[in-house]
Amino acid sequence: MKTMTAILTSAILLGVLGVRAQELTAEQVVLKANAAAYYAGKDGRADVKMTITDGKGGTREREFTILRMNAKGEDQNFYVYFKAPADVRKMAYLVWKHVGKDDDRWLWLPALNLKKRIAPGDKRTSFVGSDFLYEDVSGRGTEEDTHELVETTDTEYVLKSTPKDPDSVEFSHYTIRIDKTTFLPRKAEYFDKNGKLYRRVEALKTEVVDGHPTVIESVASDLVAGTKTVNTFTNVKYDLGLSERVFTERFLRRPPREVTR
Amino acid sequence: MKTHNSEFWGGLLWIAFVALSVVSAAPAEEEAWLEDLGLETHGFLDVRGGRRVQSDPHERDTSLLESRLQLDVERMGDWATLQLRADLLYDDIVEDHDIDLEEGKGWLDLREANVLFTPLDFLDVKVGRQILTWGTGDLLFVNDLFPKDWQSFFAGRDVEYLKAPSDALFASVFSDYVNLDVAYIPCFDADRYISGERFSYWNPLLGRQAGRDAVAAVDVPDGWFRDDELAARASRNMAGYDVAVYAYVGRWKSPVGMDMATTNATFPELAVYGASIQGGLGQGVVSAEAGYYDSSDDRDGNLPTVPNSEVRLLVGYERELARNFTGGVQYYVELMQDHGTYLATLPEGFAARDEDRHVVTLRLTKLALNQDLTLSLFAYYSPSDKDAYLRPSAAYKVNDQWTVSAGGNVFVGDDPHTFFGQFEENTNIYGGVRYSF
Repeated sequence: MKTMTAILTSAILLGVLGVRAQELTAEQVVLKANAAAYYAGKDGRADVKMTITDGKGGTREREFTILRMNAKGEDQNFYVYFKAPADVRKMAYLVWKHVGKDDDRWLWLPALNLKKRIAPGDKRTSFVGSDFLYEDVSGRGTEEDTHELVETTDTEYVLKSTPKDPDSVEFSHYTIRIDKTTFLPRKAEYFDKNGKLYRRVEALKTEVVDGHPTVIESVASDLVAGTKTVNTFTNVKYDLGLSERVFTERFLRRPPREVTR
Repeated sequence: MKTHNSEFWGGLLWIAFVALSVVSAAPAEEEAWLEDLGLETHGFLDVRGGRRVQSDPHERDTSLLESRLQLDVERMGDWATLQLRADLLYDDIVEDHDIDLEEGKGWLDLREANVLFTPLDFLDVKVGRQILTWGTGDLLFVNDLFPKDWQSFFAGRDVEYLKAPSDALFASVFSDYVNLDVAYIPCFDADRYISGERFSYWNPLLGRQAGRDAVAAVDVPDGWFRDDELAARASRNMAGYDVAVYAYVGRWKSPVGMDMATTNATFPELAVYGASIQGGLGQGVVSAEAGYYDSSDDRDGNLPTVPNSEVRLLVGYERELARNFTGGVQYYVELMQDHGTYLATLPEGFAARDEDRHVVTLRLTKLALNQDLTLSLFAYYSPSDKDAYLRPSAAYKVNDQWTVSAGGNVFVGDDPHTFFGQFEENTNIYGGVRYSF
């Protein structure tokens, strides 16, 4: 009996140690980070304020409300409702994000009462003239890069990601530091084709909202142009119970309460 | 020439001065009491001018000179949303400054004044003055028979002014299978067509270009509930494609008919039935649209004073060519029915239309300088009419409030009577400044 207990105990201990010793693979870290950063809850909302600072110290502001809902599989729907500056006020941007094929995108132009379908674009294009790219807002497909775990510290995983199709992007690789407990990315650094650091995206503040660790302030810096954009997120909420109907033409014509209030 | 030049610059400076005074004098407290009422006030101040690059014996050299203050007030209540959007306008081109809300003349151009409510879970209703748009064309319209403002379009106003407002009841019924939209316009809303007042045009009766010397005499149907219009659309998304069918019962939107007794231009009755599809294809978006124009006053095509029926087809493709650079092409054709009868009954001396009018369009849009600069070219070219219309433009956002823009409206054609060719002497350039708040 004693032997039995000893064997069981060692088995459990070994098992536990085994799990602890067995660090996550790069792929597992990436998937967990992607889920934490882009898929928290069934749906969510946030008021976003962007402050774009140019190299000469001038600033521009963008304010919008973003709704997100997880759809089938890894697909997601986004609704972005602009509040400032005045010339884009009440415009709305609707995206049905598809993993593995092009997204469906529409722009609502209120002055024309027009729903305009937009051609799928290069996702590494600036989002509304800021230092953030479309891909930073909606997420980069995890299968588009090969990921390598280059370092594990007490608090962070450090990954190096190299694009599978180098001609499709402007970077040669990027490194990303991921928080070990929340799995939120803390800092991403992008290197150009000559291996020189040219772009950085950092999480400045993180809070737990409705049980989900959430970045509430982040900054993207273009180290070549000397510009940077700070994003602050307020009124963040998860699991609002959004209906899929919100992401249709009806609610472009008549913006839902979730964005106007 | 010289006096016109100094008038133009003097006028522009004077308007700019008045407009700037209005903006700088707008008291902050005023906005505060509006906000207390739950009203948000926004809008813009827009000052712009333009001139012909050649002289036109029938028009002034100045093609555009105006200042415009748009106020947009919205109240979102629990049961309804109230929307009021109005332009206070000083327009130097027209001589008559009396308010005409139908034609958008005078010092007030009411863009929107409506109430939107949801009486049933599956039904939205918007009543009042509103801008209505549908269809898949890019600056070409097949099934969108809501009023257009061609004067604004040719003059170099912001492209949003191409859509003139409708006084309508607009109801939308939503279901999982199909969405149905119905617009009822109790009194016919004509296009703000080219009449000779701002732009010279081909006058078929005179057999020459005409302008201020012969502003088109037009009978606009104005009987409430008698001269009404009905437009409907059923639409749904099928496997990522936006699919729709349309119907319209009303009138030709521009005065393309003629009353033989008075020689006034008229708007003959028209019904249109059509369909469209739009969705992703390859790296871009493909569109196709078709419409049958049933000219019900002249089904056989033997009345020279009423246009014949037509089939109109449109296909388009748009894609990103490089980062921040998109291109789009369209092919559009108008196929006149009973062309033989048309030719046989066309009065002596009138310029004959081809059986088929083909148009191709090209759009190029480039964003630069952190997307603050937009460079754009839209071109129409008709190989059958041998004419073209080019719309180059540039807009630069100086900061979050100020935008400066400039552009041109270039008409070229071999014949003086074709669709775009008739406007050759109206070729103009323009510039403007806008402050948004």
